[in-house]
Formats: sequence, C-alpha cells, structure tokens
Amino acid sequence: MSDVTLKHITKRFRDVTALKDVSFEIEDGEFFVLLGQTGAGKTTTLRVIAGLEQHDEGQLLFDGEAVDNLTPADRDVAFVFQQYSLYPTMSVYDNLAFPLRSPLRKTPEAEIRQRVQSAAEKLRINHLLDRKTAHLSGGEMQRVSIGRAIVREPRIYLMDEPLSNLDAKLREALRVELQHLQKTQGSTTLFVTHDQVEALTMADRIGVLDQGRLVQVGSPDDIYDRPATTFVAQLVGTPGINLLPATRQNGSLVVKDSSIQLLKQSGSDKVPNDFILGVRPEDVQPTPDGDFAGEIRLIEPLGVETILHIKSGQQSLLSIVTGMASWSIGAPVRFNIAGDRVHYFSNNGKRVS
Amino acid sequence: MATIKLRQVEKRFGEFQAVKPMDLTIDSGEFVVFLGPSGCGKTTTLRMISGLESVSTGDIFLDDRKVTWLRPSDRDIAFVFQFFALYPHMTAQQNIAFPLQAEGESKDEIDRRVKEVVDLLQIGHLLNFRPGKLSGGDKQRVALARALVRRPAAFLMDEPLGALDADFRESMRAEIKQLHLNLNATTVYVTHDQIEAMAMSDRIVVMSNAEVQQVGTPAQVYYDPANLFVARFIGSPGMNLMASQYGNGIVRLPGANQYVVSPDWRMALGEGLDSDDVIIGFRPEAAHIKPDGNLVGEVYASELYGAYTMLHVELDGNEIVHIRSDRQTRYPIGSKVRFDLDPEMVRFFNPKTEMAIN
Amino acid sequence: MAAFEETGPRNPVTESIRVDKVHPRARFMKNARAILVLILALIGLIPVVAMGLTAFKSRADVVAVPPKLAFEPTLEGFVFLLTERSQLSGSKLEEAKANADDLGLFGQIALRNGQRVNGPSDYVTRLWNSLIIAGGSTIISVVLGLFAAYAFSRFDIPGKDDLLFFILSTRMLPAVVVTIPLFLMFRQLGLFDTHLGMILLYTVFNLSLTVWLLKGFIDEIPREYEEAALVDGYTRFQAFYKIVLPQAATGIAATTVFSLIFAWNEYAFALMLTSNNARTAPPAIATMLGRGGIEWSAIAAGTLTFLIPVVIITFVLRRHLLRGVTFGAIRQ
Repeated sequence: MSDVTLKHITKRFRDVTALKDVSFEIEDGEFFVLLGQTGAGKTTTLRVIAGLEQHDEGQLLFDGEAVDNLTPADRDVAFVFQQYSLYPTMSVYDNLAFPLRSPLRKTPEAEIRQRVQSAAEKLRINHLLDRKTAHLSGGEMQRVSIGRAIVREPRIYLMDEPLSNLDAKLREALRVELQHLQKTQGSTTLFVTHDQVEALTMADRIGVLDQGRLVQVGSPDDIYDRPATTFVAQLVGTPGINLLPATRQNGSLVVKDSSIQLLKQSGSDKVPNDFILGVRPEDVQPTPDGDFAGEIRLIEPLGVETILHIKSGQQSLLSIVTGMASWSIGAPVRFNIAGDRVHYFSNNGKRVS
Repeated sequence: MATIKLRQVEKRFGEFQAVKPMDLTIDSGEFVVFLGPSGCGKTTTLRMISGLESVSTGDIFLDDRKVTWLRPSDRDIAFVFQFFALYPHMTAQQNIAFPLQAEGESKDEIDRRVKEVVDLLQIGHLLNFRPGKLSGGDKQRVALARALVRRPAAFLMDEPLGALDADFRESMRAEIKQLHLNLNATTVYVTHDQIEAMAMSDRIVVMSNAEVQQVGTPAQVYYDPANLFVARFIGSPGMNLMASQYGNGIVRLPGANQYVVSPDWRMALGEGLDSDDVIIGFRPEAAHIKPDGNLVGEVYASELYGAYTMLHVELDGNEIVHIRSDRQTRYPIGSKVRFDLDPEMVRFFNPKTEMAIN
Repeated sequence: MAAFEETGPRNPVTESIRVDKVHPRARFMKNARAILVLILALIGLIPVVAMGLTAFKSRADVVAVPPKLAFEPTLEGFVFLLTERSQLSGSKLEEAKANADDLGLFGQIALRNGQRVNGPSDYVTRLWNSLIIAGGSTIISVVLGLFAAYAFSRFDIPGKDDLLFFILSTRMLPAVVVTIPLFLMFRQLGLFDTHLGMILLYTVFNLSLTVWLLKGFIDEIPREYEEAALVDGYTRFQAFYKIVLPQAATGIAATTVFSLIFAWNEYAFALMLTSNNARTAPPAIATMLGRGGIEWSAIAAGTLTFLIPVVIITFVLRRHLLRGVTFGAIRQ
C-alpha cells in the first residue's frame, strides 16, 4: 500500500474546468472519502489518479514518486466502478482472476486459484464462482467488483460510488462490511460518493469537493461539527442544518423575524453584525419551559426519531427528537437551542470562529 | 373526497400472480402508503385502482360507486408518475391546463383553476417554462399541479420522489405532506423507501411477494411488526433479529448470551412457540451500552452518523447486532462491549411461521 | 358498453395481456390481428414457393397451363444450369444410350434429352466468383469497420462528426451514377474483370454501413469494461481483443450478414465491371434469359442455389442476428 499525494491538480475538458488546483494527501492505510454533488469533480479526480484521464497541470505522487506519465496498467491501482465493470461473457471466477492474468503480472494458475478463493471468502461469494455474471443480483455483482480489486495488492483502491446502485438495505450491509474489511486489512482507499451518510460513516478523513474545488478536508467530526462553509454544513447531516438569518443586538444574537434570541456565546466575538446562524436539528429541543416559542407545522415520524417542523415568527426550523411521542400539528411549542453548539457563518457563507 | 375500497382484488399476468387477493378500505382524506421492495405488487395495485391496469378478479369501489371496469378517465382520480410524465412540448402552464381542456372547460374557468393551484403550490415563476428547463423538484411540482387542477376524488402517486436527488427528496416530502394537510384529499402513495412511508403516512400497507404483510400506523409497524419481513424492512437498519433458544423464562442468544424474559411475556411465549426455537427482535435503540450489561459482543464496525453512532457488534461468528448509541461512543474494531436490552422494546417471533408472538 | 360497465364480464378474467386494455374484448382483436398477419405472410411466400417448385419441374411441366402443383420432380433444371452439353444424334446417341449405365446421375438426365455432358457450365465458376468476392469483401469491410467504429466510439477524434457524415455520404449517391467513371478507372488500373477489383469495390461500398452499424453496437458497450481492464494491467489492444470483441459478437454477426447480403446480391456493378473472369452469379442468371429458348427450370434452379449460401449464413447466425437487430432499440 502507498500514500498518494495530489499537488495542484487542474483538469480541463475543452472549455470546462473540472478540477481547479486540487491538492490533498491520502496517507498509507487511510480510508479517504471524496464527497460532493454530481459534477463536483469527484470521479474526475479518481480517473486522474488511475491514469484514465491525463491532468493538465500539477503533479501526482505515489510514495513520493511522480507517476504522471505512467499508463493505468503501470500505476498498479485497483478501480471499483459504479456499475458495468464485470465482464458478462466470463464466469465470476474468471472475472476475479482477470487482473492476475494480465501480461504485467503473469501469475501462475495455482496462485491465482488460491488468491481468488481467499478474496471470495472475505466477501462471502465462494458459492458464486462458477456462475456467469449476468445471473448475479446487484449486491452480488458489486461484491465481485470489490473482489476483483482485492485479489491483487494494489498501491491504492479507488472506488467510484460502488454502493450507489444498490437498494438501501444492501447498501447498509455492504457499507459495514467494506469498512470492516478496510480497517482489518489496513488498505489505502479513496472512496468517492455523493452520499453524506457513506462519507460520515466510513471515512477516516473526508474531502469535500464543490465545482472542482476542494472546500474542506477533515475528519468526519471536523466536517460535521466545524463545517468551513454553509455549503459543507448543508451537505452533511439528515435532516439538513437550519440556516437562519441573524443579527447582533446589544451583545445577544437575534434571529430575524422570530422569537429566537441567544445570549452572547463564547466564540461569537468575531461574528459580523449581519450573519447566518447554523443550528443542527438535534440541537433544537422542545421542552415545556423552553426559552423560545413557536408552532408545530408538520410532524414526520421516522421510527427511532421524529422530525418536527417548527415555525417561530417568520422562520421555519427543523428539530429532531427521539421516539415517536405524540405531537400535534398547529400546537404551540416551546424549545431550547444548544447555544454552545451553534455555527456562525458570514453572509457569503464562510465560517466565522 | 372519496373512500377507496378494494374487495378481493387480484392481479395475474398469465400464470404469474402479481397481487394476491387483497381487501383494503382507505378512508376519505386518509394518506395511505403502499410500501415494499420492487416487484412486491404495490405499483400494480395502485395502477389497478387508477384503471391503468385491469383487475383479474375482485372489485374496486370509489365511495359506493363500482369502478372496476371504468376507464381511468371516468374514475375521477389523478395519477402522479415517478418520471413526471409532463408533455415536453408544452409549457408548465399548458401542462397544468391540459386535463381541464380535455374536459372542455371554458377558458375563464381554466385560467381561474390553474391560478388556484399555481398559488397553492407557489409555482407562478415556472409557468412559461417547458419541462426540459425545469429542475426535478420543479417538474414534480408542476406534475402535482396538473393532478390537483382536476379536483379529483383521490390522488394516486407512484414514487413521485424516486427520481429526485436525496437532499431534495426530504424537502419535497415535507411539501407533499403539507399539501395533503391543506387539501385533506384521499391519497394513495407508493414507495420502496420506508423513511418516506413512515414520515408521510397515516397508515402503511406493507407488501411483499404480492401479499399484504401488515396494515398499520407508522408506530404500529415500527414497534409491533406483524412478522419478520416487516421487522426487517422498517427501520434503518432494520430490527435486530437473532435466532435463539427459549426455556424456563430465559432466551439464549448466540455467543452464550442470555436474556431474562419479563413475566408478562412468559405466557405468550409458552403459547406462541412450538419448540425451543425463537427469534428475538429489538430495535437498535433498544440496546443500551453499559459497563455491567448482561450481553457481550465484539465491535465489528462503528459508524458515525453525525448526531449519533451506530455500533455493529458481533455476538459470535456470524450474528451482528446494530446498536444505536450517542456520538461520543467510539470503540475500536475488535474491542469488547457490554449492553442491556430495554424490556419494553423486545419482541419475539416464531421462526417457523415468521409471525410475531404477542 | 354501458351494460358492460354495470355488470363487468360474466366470467372473471383469468388472464390478461401486458398492454392492458380495460376491456377484455381486446383478446379477440389480438387473435384477429394474428390471423391477418398470417394471411399476409402466406401471400408473400407464394413466389418463393413457385420458384422452388419450378426448379424441380421438367421442361414440359414448366410451361403447362394451368400450372401443375403435382408433378414428377426432376433435376433437369440443375443439369441445364450446372453443365455444358452437346446435342447427340444418330449413331452417337445410340452408342451413348447403350453405355448409359456408365454415366452419372447428371449424364443420364442429359441423355434423356438427347444430350451429352461435356463438363461443368460457366455458372459454377460464377457461383465460385460470387463466394470469393462477397466473402472477401465482407471480411475486409467488417474488420476495417470494426477498427474504425471502435476509434469513432472511444477516442476524441478531431472533426469526428464531420468524418462520420462524410463516411455516410458515400452511400447517398445512387450506385448507377458512378458506374461509368468507375468503369474508366478500373480499365486504367487493370482492375476491370478482376476479383480484386470487385472485392475493393464492394468493400468500399459496405464500409460506410459497417462503420455506422458497428459504432452503434460498440457505443452500447460501457467503456468501464475496458477501463477496468486498463487499470487491471492490460493494454488498449488487449482490452479490445479480450473484452470488447466478445461483447460485440452480436453486432459483428448482424453487420456481417448485412454486408454479405449486399455484396452477394449486387447486380449493376457486376454487370458493368466484369465480363468473364470475375463475373458473379446475379448477372449470369439474368443473361440466361437471353440465350436461345428460355430455360425456366434452369433459371429457377440457379436462383435457388444462389439463395442457399445466404440462407445458411443467416441460419447459423440467427440467434446473434435477432438480438443484433433489436439491440439498441431496447434500453434497460
């Protein structure tokens, strides 16, 4: 396994700049997740590292050595695609053996058999080895795709949204297994996704991409608790963060057109007069003697928890409470906000702290 | 607004039974969600109610009017499709007005009613655009407006949020529910997403393998699932289900773990079981991590979800339980954790019949 | 209709078709449509059947009015088609009849008309020419087309759209318009009445078809397959050979049949640009009409033998072909 460094990578397609000056480092044995929306440049980054696209500027290093001019085959990376990468004309066994049979490696058949078996066991697909891939379910196919990556020992695993075409239950199960596998093998992995849950739950570190730029790199805790911009704040967490227009008045922080008024908090000194207050739904808690007043507009019971849509003055905000206690629509409600856990953003979306 | 009644409604495609005979009454103004994995028959049922699909046997009533053999257009219902089904060559306004033109309404009446729904859905700024120029959410708003404008007796929606981005889906979900609260129209909504079903519905009809598994409120299907399928399907992750042994008031879980059954359950278990085998079920939030907990396992993986941590704990070689814990909980893979179960939230199932015991 | 809505069908509908009609009467319509299609298909088959029958009729039966449906089948037509014969008379005929037992099947049939078989006819050579020219041009145009189509499908070629249009445009001109210039060119280059010339000509004509067809098929193969192979340690050509080719088999089969049919059936160019050495079967069959009395049974036999190779190829590739023809029309 290797560490991978991207230095000022820029990639253009005709007149579109897909990546703008992207720099980050993936440490040996790290599970690094690139998170971003469609078109943010996540997959392009992956393809540049794999050598399937050539970057226009910048440098790409594996273990400190430049690999910019190596072919995909010579870079020795493993790529797990979102879909369509199993060869339909071959059996599962032949698919798994395919990378080992490449002219670069020329592995003896005995060793191939042993490595395919061991990869199949790790992914619980031994019973599928003789099947044609066309007869597999979505979850099985994606296991085989992952298997094809782990039969050899590449310098890095590159995974392009491998779970996004699976149904929810399967995604949950495979996510846990992937994490377990990666942690117990200590393999360097770059995982690309648009799903914030996947990023938070699996990553050692997350890099957030927005329109070809790297906005923030940090641990899941950093991203969730200290989002660098309102964009990042909105990207992670379900339901999404409440972003409320607010002003400073005589030392207290007042949310416009509402009853919400927080006393001066430590860390709010640099906050401008007009700003955006960010409050995670779990930090809005209804209590009978709460400081603020509002009205319940909508209730969404999810089972383990319930989302309340609260209207306070002209502002709507979401609160998440445990259980499925009975609330009624239209009823007045009092609530508190955890003042020490709120976020401050300037009006241009940058975090203030 | 109308009640919808299904009486022994069945659908076959040749030999294949797509929907087994089902009975269901949907009350006037109720929001009912058909929930199930793909291929379970939920969409077929919806299409039979709409008339887009014929029934093989059984009858469908709208209020007391038998509509089994009426054309879709004569049933007074509106259908919202997953892929919007807006006419690409018409503007949003023309799309919304289209059903009224088909009914031959006067121009003034059409304008008045289009304006009414446009105001309700706040889509005035979209009227002059063609569907190609609209975002997914806006397309679905226009599609909703087109359904609303006819003032139908009931709304049928086939995964209307399925084609939208995840972050958008949440806000549209709230919008549709709000709309339902405002109009109080009988609505049948099909989805495979259990979160949508829980969040939006008055009642959920859980389907699998062409059969109704359970009909109940969100709280009923969540806390008291009728069978193993419902227990697994509802919740994210689903209910923890462990094949165990029962005897003398003690349930023996995998990995030499034991759980002492509360007295009220002993009788029920005695009656409901035909052997020692039992399946114990509990939701991830029913397990509480405690240093002196009775149950023990090894951490397999741990997932941070922002507001909380989901711990995956291996009881023995294969069985993994999911435990929901606060976000401060951090355990390395392979470490031992002890936990207890909340007796209020423990459920039991007969492994042969797969039905809940109560 | 109104009464029907009141009561529904008397018997429960136990089966329904996927394209649902609310009304069960749709089933009757479906059957009616099937019968209509069947009748049309039968009408369409009549000429083919008539030709097949004619090939096995004797001279007398061919011209019989009204046409005979029941007759004694004979290989006379095939003998006339495939052999050069000379008329015998007097003692020679007697002598030949005496030694009739030494003759083969064809010789005996010829003898019945007082003729002796001198050797195979021109038509055998024509058929052979057809095989070489159509087969050769098909193989070359499919192979070349495959590479071109792959490049067009996968690489960012400057002016790609224009090039593709240019390739297609070679097909827009009616073939007859260019025969005279081609004739002059071929004569200058020594290609007139040569196999090479005809192979080149059909290859060029088929190439636009094969490039476009194969590009469509290759476009449908996700590029992730090759990219996975590239990352797994294979070169571009190895990825093409091991991954793309097996998956394009369907498309290649369909394209092969289409271009073979064109080259096999082509008449106008063959008539103008060949005289003897490289003359193919279609103009040869046509010229039979002009020689002396019209041998209808020979013509029918010629057409029948001419059909056989194409029928065989199509039959061998039929599974690929069916999938190939519907490929692209259905997207998952």
